[in-house]
Amino acid sequence: MTNAADPVQGTHRRLQRFTPVERFSRWLVLLLVVSAIVVSTRHVQIIPEFLYDAPEQMLDLLQRLWPPDLSYYQIGVHEALVETLHIASLGTILALILALPVALFSARNITSNPVLQVLAKFILVSSRSVNSLVWALLFVAIFGPGTLAGVLAIAFRSVGFVGKLLGEALEEANMGTIEALSATGAPRLSILLKGYWPQVKPALWSIALFRWDINVRESAVLGLVGAGGIGVALNNALNTFYWDKVSTVLLSIFAVVIIAELVVTEIRKRII
Amino acid sequence: MSVTGNGTTSASDPRGLGPADAAAGVAKSMRIRGLFKEYRPGVPVLKGIDLDLEGQGVTAIIGPSGTGKSTLLRCMNRLVEPTRGEIIFEGQDIVSLNRAGLRRLRRKVGMVFQEYNLVERLSVIENLLCGRLGYVSPFKAWLRRFPAEDIDRAFELLDAVGLGEFAQQRADNLSGGQRQRVGIARALMQAPHILLADEPTSSLDPKTSVEIMELMAKLAGERDIPVVVNIHDVALGRRFAQRVVGMSEGTIVYDGPPGGLTDAHLKEIYGGEDWLN
Repeated sequence: MTNAADPVQGTHRRLQRFTPVERFSRWLVLLLVVSAIVVSTRHVQIIPEFLYDAPEQMLDLLQRLWPPDLSYYQIGVHEALVETLHIASLGTILALILALPVALFSARNITSNPVLQVLAKFILVSSRSVNSLVWALLFVAIFGPGTLAGVLAIAFRSVGFVGKLLGEALEEANMGTIEALSATGAPRLSILLKGYWPQVKPALWSIALFRWDINVRESAVLGLVGAGGIGVALNNALNTFYWDKVSTVLLSIFAVVIIAELVVTEIRKRII
Repeated sequence: MSVTGNGTTSASDPRGLGPADAAAGVAKSMRIRGLFKEYRPGVPVLKGIDLDLEGQGVTAIIGPSGTGKSTLLRCMNRLVEPTRGEIIFEGQDIVSLNRAGLRRLRRKVGMVFQEYNLVERLSVIENLLCGRLGYVSPFKAWLRRFPAEDIDRAFELLDAVGLGEFAQQRADNLSGGQRQRVGIARALMQAPHILLADEPTSSLDPKTSVEIMELMAKLAGERDIPVVVNIHDVALGRRFAQRVVGMSEGTIVYDGPPGGLTDAHLKEIYGGEDWLN
């Protein structure tokens, strides 16, 4: 902070960025960060020997991964990959349907009932705070291993994301338009369909595409807990130490994620 | 005043065409008595407004910002909830209507807004049809299955406001003046028995402002309905209104013909006098 003295009479004024108290607290924060690093490092008990030979191990693994067994793609990957895409797409569609009422209840300009609002906020938060793998474990326990568990895991994980963003889009709608439609004596459903819907439509498409892109990636690992898709193939290859097959699976996932990203970017460009 | 229920009105005139209403002898008047509005308890914005609006012609409400003009206008269709008082329109007290009753009554009150308040992403013709949302079921509105006579009427009105060739354009492609024309046409689609306009020209240039006021006065005149305009441009208000209501601090301090409005009145309404010269 600069000295507030009159600039005319000042000969040598000192430029002081921080007050003593500020300087002291900055040092304090630094001290806390350093001690946190020290304490946590000691707590996790890193075994130095494992660290020293890590480069060696890494090289070894890469040698086992390379070259990938591309013939495995037709046998064990392709179908699982398609299943993964199905899980992602169905999960996203289901999430959109489930998120719609939640978003409507969470938007303060649409729902004035505090109980419904709290309920909606609770659903949004709980959906997002549980990882999709955990959701998958839950649904595998209920419905048994397979695609259905995967679809539901993706859907329940996505409801929070889609619902929150859609709710925010609804809250950002121009209220003047809504006021004008109310003034015509339009029923609430008509106001939703003709006032809010045209305003949030672009946002909804954008959210859906974005979430689908995320879901393609998320559904690739769901198989690790038995919820179908390419994760199952990955898990099988890992458990049997067929590293050349593992690399084929990993390359396939990588390719699909890139393609999904490209497709989404292209569609967004065209519709928005 | 003669009392006509909504049911009879819409039954005798399903298309809701203005001149037909006049022939049916419907009294298009609004009577406001003792209207109070407090946004915060103990701080009234409207302090007991008494006002009768009837017949044909433009009534301009003038007054400084924050004096309650907009609140008064919005109380008339309960976009703002009055604290107490009564507003008799079509034989019913708007203030005490329930939700369904209010919705039915609002269909007869057209409103034009300062910021036009169109559905920007819909086409011009669809914006006009939004004026019929009070009559069309949500499902049919969603499927865009409006009655043929509504669609005919929308095109007629679009021609009447001079935007015939813009029917399929999206509303956000239009200029401010064009949007306000759409706003007026949308309000008239309701076949209203009164037209409220809240600062309809404040976002427009002077030339367009005059055109918009001319259009509103003309179309409302053809339909024989009262028009109430909040306007801060005193000259514009004087030019188009047959009656001027001056408001100051939540009360009406002048109510009469524009010719009777003197500098003394303006001084009372706005305070100060330097601006008058």
